[in-house]
Amino acid sequence: MTAPTPDQPFEQPWQAQAFALTVHLHEQGHFTWTEWAEALSAQIHSGTDRPYFGHWLSALEALIAAKGITSATQLSDTAQAWKDAAARTPHGQPITLD
Amino acid sequence: MHDHSDHSHMSDIEARVRALETVLTEKGYIDPAAVDAIIQTYETEIGPRNGAHVVAKAWSDPDYRAWLEEDATAAIHSLGYVSRQGEHMQAVFNGPGQHHLVVCTLCSCYPWSVLGLPPVWYKSPPFRSRAVIDPRGVLADFGLVLPEGTAVTVHDSTAEMRYLVVPERPEGTEGWSEEALAGLVNRDSMIGTALADEPAEHAQEGAR
Repeated sequence: MTAPTPDQPFEQPWQAQAFALTVHLHEQGHFTWTEWAEALSAQIHSGTDRPYFGHWLSALEALIAAKGITSATQLSDTAQAWKDAAARTPHGQPITLD
Repeated sequence: MHDHSDHSHMSDIEARVRALETVLTEKGYIDPAAVDAIIQTYETEIGPRNGAHVVAKAWSDPDYRAWLEEDATAAIHSLGYVSRQGEHMQAVFNGPGQHHLVVCTLCSCYPWSVLGLPPVWYKSPPFRSRAVIDPRGVLADFGLVLPEGTAVTVHDSTAEMRYLVVPERPEGTEGWSEEALAGLVNRDSMIGTALADEPAEHAQEGAR
């Protein structure tokens, strides 16, 4: 148990983005909040040691794949495309997918 | 200076989030502007001040307190704090000999509409696992030692039911306005890991 310290809800922008994507998809009716809580709980109790928003992101990926919205392959291919795009983009310029 | 190339680096996790946005946008599942608006709302508009308003009103207005006890969801909505996840709210009231503590052992369910986003410790495995087994030990870690005879009730949140702790109104605040009272209601006091601030603490702040 660590001592309570003041903190920000999000430590990094991607965490806020992952959070907001989840809230937005729920508001659009793509899953119920109970389904979301179950997906998140499954990650937290999976035995994999990750930071909290790491669990959050894995839960979101798993839930939308389970809903047939996209596939794990499509997500990983797109993630790799973003990494490739970043690697060829000079620092300071916006990173874009071709 | 580091000797990497001057090209950009994107971490695996950032790339995964970008991939989600890209795929979901292309397929028409999300509107990126709406996603940005949600972030903006949670970072600036929704926070523990909402809950403090509810608590201060319950301290000042017996009718509102009774409504909050009876139907917290409606009483909270009446102040404009509407949950986006559709869960029910229950208010639990601290009093002499009775203290309430809220946890989510399952994951991190939290009353967002009144408290904003949960603090890091609320989501941590030690808090989630120990709050039920050893609530007094957890409270002691937060520097809160309750009298021997005080009962501690732990409430385990779910996706459908969230709890708001109404702390005891501090002594020496008779005649205070609702707004001044709200200033004494800190976030942790509404989770149950702290008490409301003492009026003297605020007087000192004013004198500094």
